[in-house]
Amino acid sequence: MLRVIGKRLALLVPTLFGLSILLFLWVRNLPGGPATALLGEKATPEAVARINELYGFDRPLITQYLTYMGKLLQGDFGVSINTGRPVLEEFATRFPATVELTIIALIFAVGVGVPLGYLAARHNGRLIDHGSVVLSLIGITVPVFFLAFILKYLFAIQWSLLPPDGRQDPRMDATHYTQFYVLDGVLTGEYDAAWDAFLHLILPGIALGTIPLAIIVRITRASVLEVQNADYVRTARAKGLRESTIRGSFILRNAMLPVVTTIGLQLGLLISGAVLTETVFAFNGIGRFLRDAIFGLDYPVLQGFIIFIAVLYALINLIVDLSYSVIDPRVRVQ
Amino acid sequence: MSTILPPAPGGSVAPNDPAIDTGRGTGLWKDAYLRLRRNPQAIVGAVIIGLFLLVAILAPILAPYGGDELPGRTAVTPTTIPGPGEIDGFPLGLDRFGGDVLSKLIWGARASLLIGVVSTALGLAGGMLLGVLAGGLGGWVDSAIMRFVDILLSVPSLLLAVSIAAMLGQSTYAIMIAIGVSQIPIFARLLRSTMLSQRGADYILAAQTLGLSRRTITMSHLLPNSMGPVIVQATLSLATAVIDAAALAFLGLGGGLPQTAEWGRMLTYAQAELGVAPQLAFLPGACIVITALGFTLLGESLREALDPKTRKK
Repeated sequence: MLRVIGKRLALLVPTLFGLSILLFLWVRNLPGGPATALLGEKATPEAVARINELYGFDRPLITQYLTYMGKLLQGDFGVSINTGRPVLEEFATRFPATVELTIIALIFAVGVGVPLGYLAARHNGRLIDHGSVVLSLIGITVPVFFLAFILKYLFAIQWSLLPPDGRQDPRMDATHYTQFYVLDGVLTGEYDAAWDAFLHLILPGIALGTIPLAIIVRITRASVLEVQNADYVRTARAKGLRESTIRGSFILRNAMLPVVTTIGLQLGLLISGAVLTETVFAFNGIGRFLRDAIFGLDYPVLQGFIIFIAVLYALINLIVDLSYSVIDPRVRVQ
Repeated sequence: MSTILPPAPGGSVAPNDPAIDTGRGTGLWKDAYLRLRRNPQAIVGAVIIGLFLLVAILAPILAPYGGDELPGRTAVTPTTIPGPGEIDGFPLGLDRFGGDVLSKLIWGARASLLIGVVSTALGLAGGMLLGVLAGGLGGWVDSAIMRFVDILLSVPSLLLAVSIAAMLGQSTYAIMIAIGVSQIPIFARLLRSTMLSQRGADYILAAQTLGLSRRTITMSHLLPNSMGPVIVQATLSLATAVIDAAALAFLGLGGGLPQTAEWGRMLTYAQAELGVAPQLAFLPGACIVITALGFTLLGESLREALDPKTRKK
C-alpha cells in the first residue's frame, strides 16, 4: 500500500513541475506583463520599473524561474493584489467555507443519486426509470449559476423559506474557531448558530450538487443494470440467499466501483461549480474569492489557486484509487 | 469495390435486427445513420439543434431589432422593467438597458452557437493533431505529448479556460480560444487511446504485411477507424462549450458591451433584477439548457449508434 502511494506521489512531481513552468510563462504573458499584473493596470512607468527591479523581472528567465520555484517550495505564493495579504493566508481563512459547501453538495449528490440510480435500475423501463433518466439529462445541461438563480428566486425571494445569501446571519453573534461554521456552532454549544449556518448551506449545496447528482444517477443506474444480470447474482439466487443479501453484498457492492471513480472525478466540477455558486449566493468561500481575483486581475491569487487545486485534485484521485481496494479485494491482490 | 473490408468498430450488424440486416454488410456510418433515424432521442436532439441553427442563421430576418439596439430605452425606468406582453411591439418584454428580449434571444442563439462551434472545432483540431502524433508515432513523442496533456488535465477545465481567457484579454475570440484549448486534452487522450486499441487489429497487421508505410497506415487506416468516439465527444463538447461560454460571461470575461446579445451575458445581468423581473434570467437560461440538451441527446444517441457495447439490449 505504502509503495503504491509513494509511486503515485512520485508521478505527481513531473506534472506539477510542468504546471509550474506553464504558470510561470502564463504570468509573464499576461497583458502588460508581470509588473502590471502586480500593480494593476493604472501603474506608472516608474513604479513598473521599480517592481521589475525589485522582483527581478529584468533578469534572465531561467534565474527568475528558479527564484519563483524556490519561493513556491517554501510555501510562498506571494501577496494578493486586492487584499494585500499573503495568498496562502487568504486561502486558509476561506477554504473551510468551500469545504463545508462541497461536503453538503456531495452528501446531497451521493445521498440522493445512488438510491435513485439503484431504484431506476431495479425498476428498469418503469416510470421511475424514465423519470430519473430525463431528470439526470436536464441536470447535466443546466448551467450551475442558472440553477442557483432559480433556487434563490423560488426558495429565498418568492417563498422566503431559506436565506438568500451569506454564510450566517450577521446578527448571529457566533464564536468561530475552526471557520467551519456548522462545526463551530456545535463545538461551542451555540446550536442556533450551527442551525443558521446549516440553513445557509442548503441552497448553494443543492445548486452545486446537482450536476454530480445527475452524473451519479446515470453511472449508478448503468452499473447496477450491468451487475444485476451477472452470473454470480444468478448463482446467489439459485443458492437461495436472501434477497436483501443479494442486493446489498452482491449487486450494490459490485456496482459501486465505477460510482466511486465518478465521485472522485466530480471534484473538478465541484471546484468550478463552487466559483459560480458562491458568487450567486455571496458565500464567502474560496470560489467567490477566485471570482473576485478574476475580476480584479489578481494574478498571484489565480496562480496560487491553480497550483493548490492541481495538488488537491491529484491527492483526491489518489484517495479514490486507494478506496478501490477497500471496496474490491481483487484490486488489493494486484 | 474491395471485397475485404476492415472490421470497423461498431460496424457489425446485429443479426436479429430486421430493419438493418440487409444480408449484405452495411458500412459503419450507414449503419449508424439507420440506427439514429429510429431513435426518438436522436430525433428530438436533431430537431432542437436544427431549430436553433435555423434561428441563428436567419437572425437578421427573424429578429425585430438588432442585437445591440436599445429600442425600448425610454420605456425602462430604474424602478420598472416592462415584462412579457406589457407593451406592444415587445412580446417578451424589455431588459434593463431597454433591449428587446425576443431580439436578443434570437441574436444570442447566433452568438452562443458560434462560440460553441468555433471553440469545439478548435479543441477537436488541436486534440486530433496531438492524438494522431501520440497514437501514430508512439515512443518518446507519445510520452511527451501525454505528459503535456496530463498537465492540462491537472486543472479543472473551466479554470483552465478562465486562465487562458484572462491571458488573451477581453474579446469573444479569447473566449473561443480559451474554451477550445481547454477541450484539447480530452480529444487528444480519447483519440490516442482509441488508436492504441486499434493498433493490434488484424487489418493493421494486414496493412503492415502489404508493406504500407507507417504514415499511410496511420492516416488511412488507423485514424478513420478511430474517429467514432471522437465525433461523439465533439457533439457532447458542443453542449459543454455553450454552458462554459455562459459561465465565462458570468465571471466577467469576454469583453464587449453589457447589452451585447449573448445568452450567458443576458443571464449575468439579470441577476440584479431576479426579484423584479425573473423572466430576464429564465428565458436565456432556458435557451442554454435546451441547446445543451439537444447536443447531449444527439451525442449520446450517436454513441449508442456507433458503439455496440453501449447499445441498449
